[in-house]
Amino acid sequence: MSDPTNVAGHDAQHPSDSSPVTKRVEIGGDWRRVSPKYIGVELVGVALFGVVAIGATAVFALTKWFAEPLGWILVGVAVVVTLVMFVIAPRRVRSIGYQLRDDDLLFRRGIMFHRVVSVPYGRMQLIDINRGPVARFLGLAELRFVTAAAATGVTIPGLADADADALRDALVSLAETRRAGL
Amino acid sequence: MTEPVAPPLPGGGDWLRLHPATPLLKGGIGLIAVIGFVLANVRERLVEMFVGGPDSGDLFDELNRRGHLGWAIAIVVGGLVLGVAAFYLSWRMHTYRINDEAVEVRSGILFRTHRQARLDRIQGIAITRPFIARLFGAARLELSVAGQDAKVQLAYLRGSDVDRLRHDILLLASTRRAEEGAGAPASDASGSAGIIGRRVTELLAPELDPSEAPPESVVRISPLRLAGSLFASGATIFTIAGIVALGVLAASGRELGFVFLIVPAILGSAGYFARKVTRSLRFSIAATPDGVRVGYGLLTTSNDTLPPGRIHAIEVYQPLLWRPFDWWAIRINRAGHASSGSGSQPATTMLPVGTRADVDKVLGLLLPGLASADTRHLILAGMVSSGPTPGFAVDFVPAPRRGRWLRPFSWRRTGYALAGDAVLLRKGLVWRQLVAVPAARIQSLRIEQGPLSRALDLCSLTLDTVAGPVSATLSVLDRAGSISAFDAISRAATAAGALEDGSRWANGTSFGGPGSADPHPQRPEDVR
Repeated sequence: MSDPTNVAGHDAQHPSDSSPVTKRVEIGGDWRRVSPKYIGVELVGVALFGVVAIGATAVFALTKWFAEPLGWILVGVAVVVTLVMFVIAPRRVRSIGYQLRDDDLLFRRGIMFHRVVSVPYGRMQLIDINRGPVARFLGLAELRFVTAAAATGVTIPGLADADADALRDALVSLAETRRAGL
Repeated sequence: MTEPVAPPLPGGGDWLRLHPATPLLKGGIGLIAVIGFVLANVRERLVEMFVGGPDSGDLFDELNRRGHLGWAIAIVVGGLVLGVAAFYLSWRMHTYRINDEAVEVRSGILFRTHRQARLDRIQGIAITRPFIARLFGAARLELSVAGQDAKVQLAYLRGSDVDRLRHDILLLASTRRAEEGAGAPASDASGSAGIIGRRVTELLAPELDPSEAPPESVVRISPLRLAGSLFASGATIFTIAGIVALGVLAASGRELGFVFLIVPAILGSAGYFARKVTRSLRFSIAATPDGVRVGYGLLTTSNDTLPPGRIHAIEVYQPLLWRPFDWWAIRINRAGHASSGSGSQPATTMLPVGTRADVDKVLGLLLPGLASADTRHLILAGMVSSGPTPGFAVDFVPAPRRGRWLRPFSWRRTGYALAGDAVLLRKGLVWRQLVAVPAARIQSLRIEQGPLSRALDLCSLTLDTVAGPVSATLSVLDRAGSISAFDAISRAATAAGALEDGSRWANGTSFGGPGSADPHPQRPEDVR
């Protein structure tokens, strides 16, 4: 079986590995990143958030719900938060990565709050593939690996449609050979 | 291995019915009340009608005068008959069947449901005897399988059948078929004892059927200790504080709006105590060939069988106030959540309160691999000490000193150890906790780092298990050390998962008792 999970770029080096003394949790290996197109999905999400947040605070400010300067300060905060989220969206997407190791799936995401999860293939209970409206427009899908523990939370977004299906089949067949009960 | 001889299926694999009193126990008592009420009234009226009496002009007279009495009676009687018929029909239609593969239940009159639970997916079998059902000699059997509201309930069955049924189901679900199949006791010859005598015997019988379990529970909790443990708990302090506050407020004679906040809280804590007490009275835990059996309850009794390998995490903990008495409690995570309504959540308490020796015995039952001689010191260290344990090869990997910025007290105790087939986590200086997760039950492994931990070169490590009261998280660990531990634990989890498939269990290997040093107690080689 050829590797069906060769999705986006490989980066053996994590972007922030460049600094010699890192206090980040780094686990080596051949991390696969999600499709750069997923940044588009994130940006649409941020834009929606921005419209709602700025709109709501603007309504408060215009109706003078709060004392005079406070309402506009809130609007400013909403604008700044939205801009920051716009700027870091590409980095957030780049921080998402996964690795198919011999016996487990490794998943990582997050810049500020970084998280690395290892799930042995045998613990798979089911795999979900979801497509949101924007992601579907861009031909992307989201793969969710569900175990018996609700806290596992391995959701790989931004996979090209075909890749998501291939990855699902690969994971299912890997899980089949390493079946465990619960 | 010998040729597997099919054990006798309960009922020969046919569809069986539940206890005839089931409709009554399931809420038919209301119907009885209606019948009784109507009968009482009608009898009175009939007597008056024939004997004659003072005319009071009530409903019956009114109806009589208008000539509708016949209709009214017909409607009431018709409704009752319909109700009785519905109950009877639902009893007739509610059948269950047990075969090699699964337990099946069919129920419903208009909307039929057919539920099937695979035997190799059973997470536990619980027998509950609610007080009223016990008077009828009935009991409820619940097979829990993993998943929300995914249990199969057989309510109600004959109390005398239910233990044998559980035995048979466990037998079918396990691999020990051949040798036990012929020897299943079939003692149905108790018909002559008289129904009252039987009920009394059943009411007084010990919670664990002596023939099914070793006669004595490994721990014994005296009522005095139970009372003490309840008294020395946070809930007591809360309640006392509430009562004192109430008294002060009442004495000061100011506005009593607070009362409406405090009184419900006190009532709630009274309910909490009552539940605690009923769940802990007559507590027993014992090893059986098919798993650990936990029994409890005074009026409503329950006992719960956990097949081997169904325990996902174990926590030994000690609330602050128990420390002078050196009391400990044990609780577990297990798959299979009871639906909220029935009030019969699966038992997660494996030891309500006990001494260190009790903890040792119970852990020996729950995780035999861990109680061997070369890891026992780890358990002790995990329970009481902080810092290193000199003189042993395997020890807790401690958190670094810089962890004190985030956990000023508990960083000394924070540590993990990989011992045999389990991962041990030690944490909490005030509220001491020792968490053990069997490597085969780890669902996933997480390492997390927020901005503060990054500044301190720390991170947190979490072993994800099925949902339950135990959480296996350590927060202030050295980053580099955690990464290697992350690798080691994920390898251990994979290896342990590959060794067993967790469905059928091989008897005999699993419960060798506390002395067995078998590092992989649930070995499935001869399963398939």
